[in-house]
Amino acid sequence: MMFLCRWLTRACPQTFFDRAHLSAGTPWIDAGLSSLMPAVSHSDSPGIKKESANSLSYEDFTMRIISAERLRQAVEALILSVSRSLPSDVRAALQSALAEESSVQGREILRQLLANADYAEATGLPLCQDTGTAVFFVEMGEDARIDGAGLQATLETATRNAYASGYLRNSMCHPLTRANTGDNTPISLHLDLVAGDGLRIRFLPKGGGAENMSRCAMFAPSRGISGIRDFVLDTVRQAGPNPCPPIIVGVGVGGTFDLAPTIAKKALLMPLDMPNPDPDAAALEAELLDAINRMPIGPGGLGGTRTCLGVRLLLRPCHIASLPVAVNIQCNAARRGEICL
Amino acid sequence: MSAIHLTTPLHYEDLQKLKAGDRVTLSGIIFAARDVAHRRMIEALDRGAPLPFELDGAVIYYVGPTPPPPGLPIGSAGPTTSYRMDAYAPRLYALGLAASMGKGKRSAELRAALQKYGGVYLGATGGAAALLARHITAAEVIAYPELGPEAIRRLTVDKFPAIVIYDAHGGDVFPPI
Ligand code: SF4
Repeated sequence: MMFLCRWLTRACPQTFFDRAHLSAGTPWIDAGLSSLMPAVSHSDSPGIKKESANSLSYEDFTMRIISAERLRQAVEALILSVSRSLPSDVRAALQSALAEESSVQGREILRQLLANADYAEATGLPLCQDTGTAVFFVEMGEDARIDGAGLQATLETATRNAYASGYLRNSMCHPLTRANTGDNTPISLHLDLVAGDGLRIRFLPKGGGAENMSRCAMFAPSRGISGIRDFVLDTVRQAGPNPCPPIIVGVGVGGTFDLAPTIAKKALLMPLDMPNPDPDAAALEAELLDAINRMPIGPGGLGGTRTCLGVRLLLRPCHIASLPVAVNIQCNAARRGEICL
Repeated sequence: MSAIHLTTPLHYEDLQKLKAGDRVTLSGIIFAARDVAHRRMIEALDRGAPLPFELDGAVIYYVGPTPPPPGLPIGSAGPTTSYRMDAYAPRLYALGLAASMGKGKRSAELRAALQKYGGVYLGATGGAAALLARHITAAEVIAYPELGPEAIRRLTVDKFPAIVIYDAHGGDVFPPI
């Protein structure tokens, strides 16, 4: 057990950093960073022996092995279904927006979006032509490991395969030359190591239009809740009709410069009909939702009372000197889905 | 509200009649082009090279469609956000572009160009991409195939629904926020 723990703490962060930046066919991605990080060989980890096809043991301790092939198939199916159908809570929110919207043009847009969701589901066409950056949030039990190609490489392969077989759009390109990578990789992977041997994979294809309207700020703590509120509302105001309203607003407060946007994006995974477990966050969500829906943006930006389907807020402790705030805007094509293996 | 039916290429007189907020339907040939295709077109103009299509009276649709599944001319094909083309579009309007179609607001320079050259900016419903594709009956890559989804495509459209966002007289459909 002790050896295993040492192996895990040594190998896992290394694995994350090393592989997070590798992608077949796109050698220009972070080659510099990868070359700075020495590779760790798993095969010579001490005290580990493979017991059977789906477990790995050390003394009294067993690791669960998940086959890369099974993972790949499950993730491909996830990508295809998520790209073609709206989550039920988002659909329900569009339906109540239609019932409540006061403007004629706004109702017309909402009707089109609901009809689009029906049509996409019936035909298998993607909900939106922007099938997004493939963003994965993975919770992986420390007692599980992926056999063969490993987690990152398997997610990359599944993405490549599903975007090709599902006639989804390849939307990733070189940041300077703008040359398309041709297979929608690299993916964006957020990995949390958790207790146990489970594997939970959440997929959020993120379109560029709404992503471009997102912002992050590092406030002085004195700005407090009113600073957070003003920043969120100003971000939505600046975005106006651009991110395909009605929108969903993910807010991340706390963490560090890098983590605030990550938790803002993670907030977009929270179902719209699930109450925020944190009462302070819940109160701020309700206040922000009300304030956004009093802006005259409306569905499609054509005016109206239903600009926003929901605000989701995640909090995280931060440094005593900091108040990081990130706003990740999500569009009406708020696709997401998950699998547990 | 009934829609005004427009057939491409569009004429100056037709454009002058349009008002922000008018619903229109487009039929005929339109051209799909977005970010990199615009940069390439401007580079071509700088070199004095011909553009991949005739600009006079043309409609450019800011779209990068999904690939066509078997049996369909095109995949999902909704609008992309238009402001990204603001750096390039005024020059195209100056050369005869009649309309661009996308989603979202645009720069003061673009709006000034519309008034100066008598062009319009149309909006299609962002997010209604599968539904909108039903109005595209044929699609063919005519330039820059290496750009994949960003290649220039000639699209044949049938009653493609849109709304006039900015007209040629300074009209704007978006409420001030
Ligand atoms: S912002 Fe969303 S709905 Fe709009 S085009 Fe992009 S992915 Fe589609």
